[in-house]
Amino acid sequence: MIQREAHVMAITPAASTPHTPFWRTDAPMLAGMKFVWLLLLTLGLLLPVAMMLLQATGLVAGAHSSDQHGMALVAHVVQAPNFLAMVGRTLAVSATVALIVVPLAFAFAYAVQRTRMPLRGTMRTLAMLPLFAPSLLPGIALVYLFGNQGLFKAWMPGASIYGFWGIVLGESFYTFPYALMLMLATLTLADGRLYDAARAMGATQWRTFCTVTLPGARYGLFGAFALVFTLVATDFGVPTVVGGSYQVLAVEAYKAVVGQQQFARGAVIGLMLLLPALLTFGVERIVQRRQHAALASRAQPYQPQPDRLRDGLYLLLTTLVIGWILLMLATAVGASLVKLWPYNLDLSLRNYDFDNMDGGGWLAYRNSLKLATLTMMFGTALIFTGAWLVEKTRMATWLHPVIRFAVLLPMAVPGLVLGLGYVFFFNHPDNPLNGLYGSMTLMVLCTIMHCATTAHLTSVASLGQLDPVFESVSASLKVSALRTYCRVTLPMCLPAVLSCARFLFVSAMTTVSAVIFLYSPDTVLASVAVLNMDDAGDIGPAAAMSTLILVTSIVVSLLLEFAMRGVMRRTQAWRTASR
Amino acid sequence: MFQPTFHPNQSNARPFLSVRQVTRRFGAFTALEGVSLDVAQGEFVCLLGPSGCGKTTLLRIIAGLEAQDAGSIVAGGRDISSLPPGERDYGIVFQSYALFPNLTVAQNVAYGLGDVRGSRARERVSEMLALVGLSGSEARYPSQLSGGQQQRVALARALAPAPSLLLLDEPMSALDAQVREHLRIELRRLQRKLNVTTVMVTHDQDEAMAMADRIAVMSNGRIEQTGSPADIYAQPATAFVAGFVGQANWLPLSRSAEGMPMLAGKALSIDGNADADVANGAPRLFCRPEAVTLHAADDAPNRHLARVVEHIYLGSRTRLTLAIDGLPDAPLVAEVPSHSLRADVGDSKLWIALARDGLRVYA
Repeated sequence: MIQREAHVMAITPAASTPHTPFWRTDAPMLAGMKFVWLLLLTLGLLLPVAMMLLQATGLVAGAHSSDQHGMALVAHVVQAPNFLAMVGRTLAVSATVALIVVPLAFAFAYAVQRTRMPLRGTMRTLAMLPLFAPSLLPGIALVYLFGNQGLFKAWMPGASIYGFWGIVLGESFYTFPYALMLMLATLTLADGRLYDAARAMGATQWRTFCTVTLPGARYGLFGAFALVFTLVATDFGVPTVVGGSYQVLAVEAYKAVVGQQQFARGAVIGLMLLLPALLTFGVERIVQRRQHAALASRAQPYQPQPDRLRDGLYLLLTTLVIGWILLMLATAVGASLVKLWPYNLDLSLRNYDFDNMDGGGWLAYRNSLKLATLTMMFGTALIFTGAWLVEKTRMATWLHPVIRFAVLLPMAVPGLVLGLGYVFFFNHPDNPLNGLYGSMTLMVLCTIMHCATTAHLTSVASLGQLDPVFESVSASLKVSALRTYCRVTLPMCLPAVLSCARFLFVSAMTTVSAVIFLYSPDTVLASVAVLNMDDAGDIGPAAAMSTLILVTSIVVSLLLEFAMRGVMRRTQAWRTASR
Repeated sequence: MFQPTFHPNQSNARPFLSVRQVTRRFGAFTALEGVSLDVAQGEFVCLLGPSGCGKTTLLRIIAGLEAQDAGSIVAGGRDISSLPPGERDYGIVFQSYALFPNLTVAQNVAYGLGDVRGSRARERVSEMLALVGLSGSEARYPSQLSGGQQQRVALARALAPAPSLLLLDEPMSALDAQVREHLRIELRRLQRKLNVTTVMVTHDQDEAMAMADRIAVMSNGRIEQTGSPADIYAQPATAFVAGFVGQANWLPLSRSAEGMPMLAGKALSIDGNADADVANGAPRLFCRPEAVTLHAADDAPNRHLARVVEHIYLGSRTRLTLAIDGLPDAPLVAEVPSHSLRADVGDSKLWIALARDGLRVYA
């Protein structure tokens, strides 16, 4: 009887199906969403960057233009005494950091992925801690450790932390997790069969390392080197604090704009900072493609054998690295909690009395929380939905190449350069959006754009793991793509969505570079306050604010992690359901 | 029980699905070249062909997942050529099942029921699950089911909104052989019961033979032949179909002065298309392995002396490779019931015969 009803229902003639007009389907909605996303990318990214390029090359006179334009200005900046020396110093310090950090990160990643050393997971987690700190924190910690009143000042008679080695030490701390993430990703791709083959042919460990491990990781190594080099060259947080008289380009660009109001000069220097970033971008794309090819072949995971000597040596090495990271963090945190480092080590919250100091006070911290929360909410929604639109829907596909290009662009644009672009574009008197300058809205937009590439790539990777015919099936069942997005795609990609959210929150909390040109007295940020307090010589409060940023980033990350676990337990039973 | 009587080839009926002169190009590559196909109401048609022949592209164009460059598609009297997928009224099952892993079996099946809510939706879901033999699995997740069960849920989901057309894209190629054979029969039974017009893509000729009312054999973006499984096997329209479906022997053919076909210098008698117009190139003789008989009687037609080169025991049957006297370079594969073989086969030459009704001529 049941089957008979099914039969009757199944032969209902199709001709009776009403023909839904175009505007009732989800097609215009999806196309509209794509246009909105592209519009935001254009306003928040393409136009500011274009404006920055035009100003630096002098093709357009800016609102803050000095007497000189174009090549004359470039020539003037380049020929200035001290300029070439400054370029040389930037190159030297960037290359030195890369040469220290990349091998160290490689060894660390090797220890985590290819040995049976104990505490691998813990070491890996701890190594990521610098990501939660603003880039000024290592500088501050170094001052407390090796500065004129430093804890270990006596160990280095005659030498000063201010200068080349200060920058190198601070930047090593700041860039280590970035290099490590890349190396970890590179080393996961090991094909166990190659190692079995090498062993079967009697190759020594060293020979196996040289013939199997290194060639497999060479693109990753190259990519990590370029990445670290660019991060150092474009960062001004560390050199501002411990650079002393060792002037580098990033600090010069910052000072030119903020200190001396020489916007055109800042633009020219910013343009130079774009060069290593573009190089990294190119290398990164090549690395990605090569690694993808390596992934495509069906590799067997590599299972390392226990080896006491090797595991012990790697444990020693990773302990030293983690010890160094923890020492830096503990110094900054500890120094913020005492009365007067290093003379009076009594515990005190004096340094946290922000309202009685310059820098913005607790308002700055509240603003940062607001910025981070808004960036997380809007950024995650926009970037993940944007990735879904491009990867999974077929309306207005001619927009896809433009959107893909725009969303990958931030990887090639240092925060400092993006911030300058915002100054030139939004602070231009002829821009109708001029009123946004100095507002929280603009800082949120800027931070979202600054972080877009990483969050987008995470989203794309997780969307790529879904069955590509889900959308086709939904369409055949007459269910709109948006409904399937909410009911299937989003729940399935929840871990990636939350990891984007966490990344955006932490980035917004710690970033200085992009927003340094955009704040107003009402919208001053915690990370900016650190910079300003340090400038004013209030290093104790600067350490305190850094600590607050660090703790907030970690706590919110943990909260998101717990929230995710809770949500997963309630809504994601399918992940753990067993037969 | 109600069983609809079924007439697959009602020549007078208007076809339910009609594909007209569909062409699809990808750059310089032509995936489909003016393909036309009619499918009657309730008919089960298989698109069969090697990979890259255009069968999946044709299915995707019928489904509206891909746009044709030229041609039209009419289904149930509606021109659906340019409608979006959601407007075409079909259910589809993919090779990957494409079940939503985060939804239960019941939620998956109910996914396309849209405005049907509450108890009516629940009823329809249990109806569909009963139909595919999975009653009681409502609350389970796809990952808790076997491959065959997942495929049935996918089928139930596709059929739940009662579409007028069912499209199957290699629905069973991810399953292991035994499950596949079983599901074949069930799917066919279900399709007959619901009388739903069905188009299935497959590269597996056994599957096509076992399930289809009609098979459309495709190659290089064209349909080479459309016909019942028996027609396709016994009277292949082209050399490609002959070679693609089943096993084939190809022997060099010559013609006598009078134009009569000759094999190894002997006259040949052929029931099939002996006069096939072979304008260019040497004609070739096509012969199925089972058309060869061993130990032929003296008066058997098409009798030749042959030597056994190799023989492979396959259980109930034995496959022999033979070399016909005068044709050393054209090995002939024969398949005979194992019990019909004499013990001394292979020691010396033996007489074989080629059945007249099993021979055809192609270019």
